[in-house]
Amino acid sequence: MMTLKVNGRDHQVDADPDTPLLYVLRDDIKLNAAKFGCGLGQCGSCTVIVDGRAVLSCVTPVVLLGGKQVTTLEGLGTVAEPAPIQRAFMEEQAAQCGYCIAGMMMRAQALLLRNPKPTDAQIRAELEPNLCRCGTHMRILRAVHRAARLMDTADASSVTDRSVP
Amino acid sequence: MGPNDTGGMALTHGPIIVQFTGMAGKSPIITGVVVAVLIAGAAAAFAATWRPSIATVEPPRPDSFDPALVKRGRALAAIGNCNTCHTIRGGGNYAGGVPVPTPFGTVFSSNITPDAETGIGRWPEEAFVRAMRTGVSRDGHHLYPTFPYDHFTHISDADDRALYAFLMTRQPVHASLPENQLSFPVSQRPAIAGWKLLYLRRDGVHLDGTKSAEWNRGAYLVKGLAHCGACHTPRNALGAERVNAQFAGGDVDNWHAYALNDSSHSPLPWDADALYAYLRRGWHPDHGTARGPMADVVSNLSSVPDNDVRAIAVYMADMSGGVPAPDRERPARASVAQAQSPSTGQGAAAGATIYAAACASCHETGRPLPYGGVNLALSTAIASPDPRNLINIVLSGIDAVEGERGPIMPGFSDSMDDTQMVALLSFLRARFGKQPAWSDLDKTVREARSTQAASLSTSPQLRTVPDDSK
Repeated sequence: MMTLKVNGRDHQVDADPDTPLLYVLRDDIKLNAAKFGCGLGQCGSCTVIVDGRAVLSCVTPVVLLGGKQVTTLEGLGTVAEPAPIQRAFMEEQAAQCGYCIAGMMMRAQALLLRNPKPTDAQIRAELEPNLCRCGTHMRILRAVHRAARLMDTADASSVTDRSVP
Repeated sequence: MGPNDTGGMALTHGPIIVQFTGMAGKSPIITGVVVAVLIAGAAAAFAATWRPSIATVEPPRPDSFDPALVKRGRALAAIGNCNTCHTIRGGGNYAGGVPVPTPFGTVFSSNITPDAETGIGRWPEEAFVRAMRTGVSRDGHHLYPTFPYDHFTHISDADDRALYAFLMTRQPVHASLPENQLSFPVSQRPAIAGWKLLYLRRDGVHLDGTKSAEWNRGAYLVKGLAHCGACHTPRNALGAERVNAQFAGGDVDNWHAYALNDSSHSPLPWDADALYAYLRRGWHPDHGTARGPMADVVSNLSSVPDNDVRAIAVYMADMSGGVPAPDRERPARASVAQAQSPSTGQGAAAGATIYAAACASCHETGRPLPYGGVNLALSTAIASPDPRNLINIVLSGIDAVEGERGPIMPGFSDSMDDTQMVALLSFLRARFGKQPAWSDLDKTVREARSTQAASLSTSPQLRTVPDDSK
């Protein structure tokens, strides 16, 4: 039994130390935003945030996470109250099949937390590990810029400011 | 800088002359002799440091070069790894400006595109050859030996001609360079002449009749254009390669360039076939993957003809001893069970647990590279006395190379904290390296982390030599 801090809550998890974080999130805690893509840390669809940094949950064994804060997409906002990053992705219609998008949003969120006004080049460099096979890259870029603007006028962490057009 | 060089030198000699002429009243004859000696000395120093300017030419038209010559030059430029130092991320190919850190400060690489104002567009071939041979710019100023002319001096006339043809047919890029940031007296270019007197030896590469033509070709490439020793040979206090420690291992860009001679820490000895496969593909199942600056080298070598890569491998295998030593048997693959058993102490137990959870699932599959992880018992990074390469790889992982079938590994910089990293590295060292623990490991991890963070925003990506159409 180990304690895993996810989205601000402690979860008692019965998992072997080498269990990938992704499996625990999806199978034990029933948080299904992070996706299984390649299982090799090569596609980014499993990206979550650990202590403010984007981490590939499919190659991160839970033994590394003692005392650390894990944030998944569910921890940013809800359907009713989407976070700026989620709202920006919706408004830009940045998803086609959507499989990569949770990972894209988490890595973009980690970038915006440490760099609230990234340049186009910085966004491209940051999102390089995350693959999208539908080809919505340009919309994703626009969505990250939009999220940066939204966060500029809203609370950067999660709360959406409805007054922003 | 050129016209100022001699002026700078005269200034440094000035005060000495004033001091001695103060003796004039005591003995005019002695004073006269002293002054004459000083003038002669100054003249000799002037002669030793001054180099004439070579007249500019109109930039030659690209179509004035034989395409076959340009093509040969392209392969040679790849062997010489020219783009690694002369192309900055986001900048034009060969347009320079790459900061090269040295113990004396930072030197910025030159723009070697045929741009007429900021590149070498107005350089006649004679000036290019002089720069390669003796490290002197067209206008006569001395170039810093970060430009490895101590190796390039061995390049043949024919190869210099092909390299010139290749560079003069690249896209001209107008790009001025930042000022070098060097401390005195190294900041004074005439000082380079002294360095050359001490260390620039143009004794050529002599054919060894007892060796094969392939070996001799390899010797020519390794000592000259490929300048392997520039990274793999340790340097002395004046930044010159130590002749008595050839290929004993050196430092480059926060990586350790492994020893390639008989002091190699590779658990399995290299032979020519292994070296050839490694240089050809960038990895070898018995040795691992080329990373850091060596990744650039193998990326460039991918466009070089097989026979030249083979020649380099044959020569370097001979330099490394080449014959498998009987006492170095092939280490068996470890297993998680073995890995967990010999642990002592809490840190070791934590390291073993992290290894079993994060590493073993790839490194103990039994699949050879590139589909499985390298057998860590064969890892030079773990056996090496310098832990930086291992730290860099665990932090950053191994990126997939576009269009190639090669090993991959995720990086752990964001999922492992320093304590976890130190525990894992200590475990790997004890379990697989079977060597004494690295000292100051936590400090080295912190430094590697900050270097990695800095390089993520500045370091050039993998590049390949542009093809002739560009």
